[in-house]
Amino acid sequence: MTAIAPHPTPGSALEWDYAPAPESAAIGRIRDRYRMYLDGDFVDGQGDDLTSVNPATEEPLATVSTASAADVDRAVTAARRAYEGPWSAMPAAERGKYLFRIARGIAERARELAVVETLDNGKPIKESRDVDVPTASAHFFYHAGWADKLAHAGLGPAPRPLGVVGQVIPWNFPLLMAAWKIAPALAAGNTVVLKPAETTPLTALVLAEILADAGLPDGVVNILPGAGDVGQALVRHPGIDKVAFTGSTEVGRQIQSALAGTGRALTLELGGKAANIVFDDAPLDQAVEGIVNGIFFNQGHVCCAGSRLLVQESVADEVLDKLRLRISTLRLGDPMDKNTDVGAVNSAEQLQRITELSATGDLEGAQRWTSPCPLPDRGYFFPPTVFSGVTQSMRIARDEIFGPVLSVLTFRTPDEAVAKANNTPYGLSAGVWTEKGSRILGMASALRAGVVWANTFNRFDPTAAFGGYRESGFGREGGRAGLAAYLRSDEGAQA
Amino acid sequence: MSQQRLPVAKTYKLFVGGAFPRSESGRTYPVRGPGGEFLANVARASRKDARDAVVAARKAFRGWAGTTAYNRGQVVYRIAEMLEGRRAQFVDLLVTGDGADPAAAGAAVDAAVDRIVHFAGWTDKLAAVWGSANPVAGPYFSFSVPEPTGVVAALAPPDDALLGLVSVVAPIIASGNTVVVLAAPDHPLPAIALAEVLATSDLPGGVVNILTGDPAEIAPHLAAHGDVDALDLTGAGAELRADLERAAAGTVKRVHVPTGSDWTAPPGTARLRAFLEVKTVWHPTGAVSLTGGGGY
Repeated sequence: MTAIAPHPTPGSALEWDYAPAPESAAIGRIRDRYRMYLDGDFVDGQGDDLTSVNPATEEPLATVSTASAADVDRAVTAARRAYEGPWSAMPAAERGKYLFRIARGIAERARELAVVETLDNGKPIKESRDVDVPTASAHFFYHAGWADKLAHAGLGPAPRPLGVVGQVIPWNFPLLMAAWKIAPALAAGNTVVLKPAETTPLTALVLAEILADAGLPDGVVNILPGAGDVGQALVRHPGIDKVAFTGSTEVGRQIQSALAGTGRALTLELGGKAANIVFDDAPLDQAVEGIVNGIFFNQGHVCCAGSRLLVQESVADEVLDKLRLRISTLRLGDPMDKNTDVGAVNSAEQLQRITELSATGDLEGAQRWTSPCPLPDRGYFFPPTVFSGVTQSMRIARDEIFGPVLSVLTFRTPDEAVAKANNTPYGLSAGVWTEKGSRILGMASALRAGVVWANTFNRFDPTAAFGGYRESGFGREGGRAGLAAYLRSDEGAQA
Repeated sequence: MSQQRLPVAKTYKLFVGGAFPRSESGRTYPVRGPGGEFLANVARASRKDARDAVVAARKAFRGWAGTTAYNRGQVVYRIAEMLEGRRAQFVDLLVTGDGADPAAAGAAVDAAVDRIVHFAGWTDKLAAVWGSANPVAGPYFSFSVPEPTGVVAALAPPDDALLGLVSVVAPIIASGNTVVVLAAPDHPLPAIALAEVLATSDLPGGVVNILTGDPAEIAPHLAAHGDVDALDLTGAGAELRADLERAAAGTVKRVHVPTGSDWTAPPGTARLRAFLEVKTVWHPTGAVSLTGGGGY
């Protein structure tokens, strides 16, 4: 730079060109091949290798060994041995110290993990760097402290672990979901067999290295990559005492049905179709930021995404104008670029689903607006999309799209907003935007959702319970309620 | 080399506001080992030093209480990491200073590290365990949250120079209080060594202030000090205790008088709860029932 640009004359268009700011892929130290983590060793599974693809380039990233049903059996046996052996014999405070080590290990390898996550998942590096990885570390840190304080969890003086836990997690927050599952299970004294998602197994296997480096006893955590069949074998395995699943409501239903009559514990964190409700007294610019964050964070691959915008009629036009203007500034493209706001859709399959579901919006008479942002010429990308004129009967108002597609509905009164917000089989989350405190609290109690954000959206913290009402699942993650999902309270003959 | 090297002896000073000043009074007193051998001259804090320490603790309070519970937990955990790294130094101090056998000294240092870890794990659970959403009989959302009391003046136990001190200090700071602690007068060296641990961890200066000297001389000033919010009388002998409690009444200080002092036992929660206030907040909800019904 040799000269300072002159101040633009008032009224002239500003040219804000971004220089590319790519994160280095080398920091991820991606290997050609990853193996599963079973009984303290990295071993080849008997399943067929899978290839994990970088969704931003459609190029193969690494091959990953997968588990067979026999491997699942070996892992459950190893987890049982660890549970009945060293893990249960260990003083609770020592158990907690392992979790502290893991929290530190994640923090120490944070930059590497963020790069691996972004390459494997397609999410923007700024999100994996600032949200996924630090929150994963925080979950271990928080639960570490619980290990020797379970008597204070509100479940009686001496709550006991459940035993061996089978956990199946989705591809939208691969490392973070692994942390949400493993940390409370271990803090409560259980052992774990975890299956990461087929398209995003890498960070869970880097986490396995961190577990091994922390000296975690063999078999306490086993990580078995694979597709749905591995998950099925795991959740149906008779040696499992509890199943924890995060994913689609459809698969959740199948698991609940499969476990019926077995007496095994189950928690489900499933889909959502959250209403984000904007009242006319809301700070509209702030609300627009929250709407954008609510639906375009992580390309909308968020079960609690604010995918239905309910805006009060008197400000609907103003909000929509501001919203389109703001969305037009979002930068879509290379997830590894630190300026990127919207990254790649995780898979071709998901891109197709988003495309098909949004097409129903056109067919059913909603008005589509698409961000004018340029799309890269390769990779799985879907531009930020807003449907207005949406009615409650349309599929885009009912079905979880799990992509960067916002459906806008309007309301006149708070009662109408509540009725529309609750008019869904889901009940995971909701947002309320208003300057009036009593309206926030009144709406919060009227909304049938497990998380209500007021004048903010998509906030997550290990201390705050997260989970759904109705067909968004049952059980909570985070806080004391989350701990309860992995403990048996000693409540006598009637419990 | 047959000639024995002469070790460099350390000057033991106070720990106030994150710095290591000598006593403003210039006074020291000799500390001796179990066999009566000279170990070090230690600063003998004055009333003015105590007041400086309270000023430092008050100055640090707003920032420390205002950190997130998660951050506070990480900082306290960091103290444990730093103490673990200096394990040998503390074992040596307990052996030469207290005459402990090396195995017992090692166990005491290990227990001190683990105690800090234990309280690090409490920072972000206090509100969940001792706070509440209050189901009041009216259209209000009411919740109660624990908050730190403020500046705590503490007397460390005279008989357990490291584990006892750590067991007193850790719960006070875990919840966001700041502390002025008087070290065990006859065994002050581990306390000042702990100050070096604190100074090299991520703890902001002034959160923990450590004074050495004669508790009988300094404690009454702290007990009567208008900017001290609470007293921990763990190390106060019977002859001091009633007077200190009486002095505390002048500004209605919270006073913690422990009932037991087995530092190897599980720590319990009394020390955590002793220096917590509870704040209750009310706000109208605009609707009384879960089904809504107007008036949002």
